[in-house]
Amino acid sequence: MAITTATVPKVGRNFRIQWEPAQDAYVLLYPEGMVKLNQSAGEILKRCDGAANIAAIIADLETTFNAQGLEADVIAFVELAEQQKWVDLT
Amino acid sequence: MTDLSEAVAVQDTAKIGPPLWLLAELTYRCPLHCVYCYNPVDFAKTEDELTTEQWFKVLREARELGSVQCGFSGGEPMLRDDLEVIVAEAHRLGYYTNLLTSGVGLNEKRIGALKEAGLDHIQLSFQDSTREMNDFLSSTRTFDLKRRAADMIKAHGYPMVMNCTIHRHNIDHIEAILQLASDIDAEYVELANTQYYGWAQVNRDQLLPSREQLERAERITNEWREKHGNKMKLFFVVPDYYEKRPKKCMNGWGNIFLTITPDGKALPCHTARMLPGLEFPDVRTSSIREIWYESEGFNRYRGTGWMKEPCSSCPEKENDYGGCRCQAYMIANDPAAADPVCDKSPFHNRITEVVDRAQIAGNAAQVKPLIYRGPKESLQLDRPF
Repeated sequence: MAITTATVPKVGRNFRIQWEPAQDAYVLLYPEGMVKLNQSAGEILKRCDGAANIAAIIADLETTFNAQGLEADVIAFVELAEQQKWVDLT
Repeated sequence: MTDLSEAVAVQDTAKIGPPLWLLAELTYRCPLHCVYCYNPVDFAKTEDELTTEQWFKVLREARELGSVQCGFSGGEPMLRDDLEVIVAEAHRLGYYTNLLTSGVGLNEKRIGALKEAGLDHIQLSFQDSTREMNDFLSSTRTFDLKRRAADMIKAHGYPMVMNCTIHRHNIDHIEAILQLASDIDAEYVELANTQYYGWAQVNRDQLLPSREQLERAERITNEWREKHGNKMKLFFVVPDYYEKRPKKCMNGWGNIFLTITPDGKALPCHTARMLPGLEFPDVRTSSIREIWYESEGFNRYRGTGWMKEPCSSCPEKENDYGGCRCQAYMIANDPAAADPVCDKSPFHNRITEVVDRAQIAGNAAQVKPLIYRGPKESLQLDRPF
């Protein structure tokens, strides 16, 4: 589906995101596998809780990191994440 | 082994990453008798299994170092009555927990208790697509039971990996195996060609498929992917005997992988206990930190410092770390040699001879009776591989 700022992403049913101090990173865990996330991927994915839409996620990120103009990057990442089945979209 | 102390001394501890993957082999006991089991051939000689408390210690210490993926395997892990308690502790510590089972012993009560304990995922093994072949290859009547286990796994909302070990006797059924995986609604399918360790090494000539069989199976798997998209994620693992470069075994010795055997030995891979002249530490007397960073068993083949020719000057040595130490020992009789799968190995002909034999259907070696994994056979054979 086409992703807009109204889309609500949620970390996929068979995935779990958690902070790993030993790796100093968020990781995405799934059956017999793990993806180590870079900082921006981790910050976006941990906000994909099935409640916040993309507009709210962007607003939260821009406030937290005192940044502007993140929309294109966030949407591009959510597109990639959906292809990988890391997130489900509603 | 004269340069051993040097190889160990140059290890840069700061560069050794954590043991991200912990494989807890809870028991060697198993109701199945698979002819390709990777467990040591002499498993029946091993002594006491670790207690619940000892497993808690392993889980706690490995988690402190950064282990995060945890597999519960065996043998058949369902044979441990304390499986649920051990899984609950692993979940509490923050592991992603995987149960690798034949499905035997899984019932409504236990699968519910495992869910409650926080089990994240179940990998269910099948031996083939039909009752007749499944039951022949495992020397049990378990096919119907596995089908019921698959239904229970789905009903309880677990993601499911269906694993089927592939070899000469079932590789021609690959389409039916994929259909079975689709029927039971598996999210992931591992079509893992047999790797020749343990019991598979004993039965190697009977199990290695021909090149034609292998190419056909790969083609059918690719066609399935094209036709059905990625609803089921398919992994097709080729047998390394058909390669010219060795696999990057365990992603490198002592790099991310830590196996604990039922009797408490810590190993860099499932089969390393066969290697001669190398003492592997016991989790009862050593901490996981000492084991991972300081023990001779884990440092001996770490990195590239231990290598001999043709590996030490090979431009690809960082790609595959010289392949598998166990295969080097089994085939070249030297654990520090190049994996003979590599065509630069002076012993590569010992691989190609086996591969050549596999092209002749019905030869004398292939028609020998299969030897099934069992305690009686283990004691009779009385050898590590």
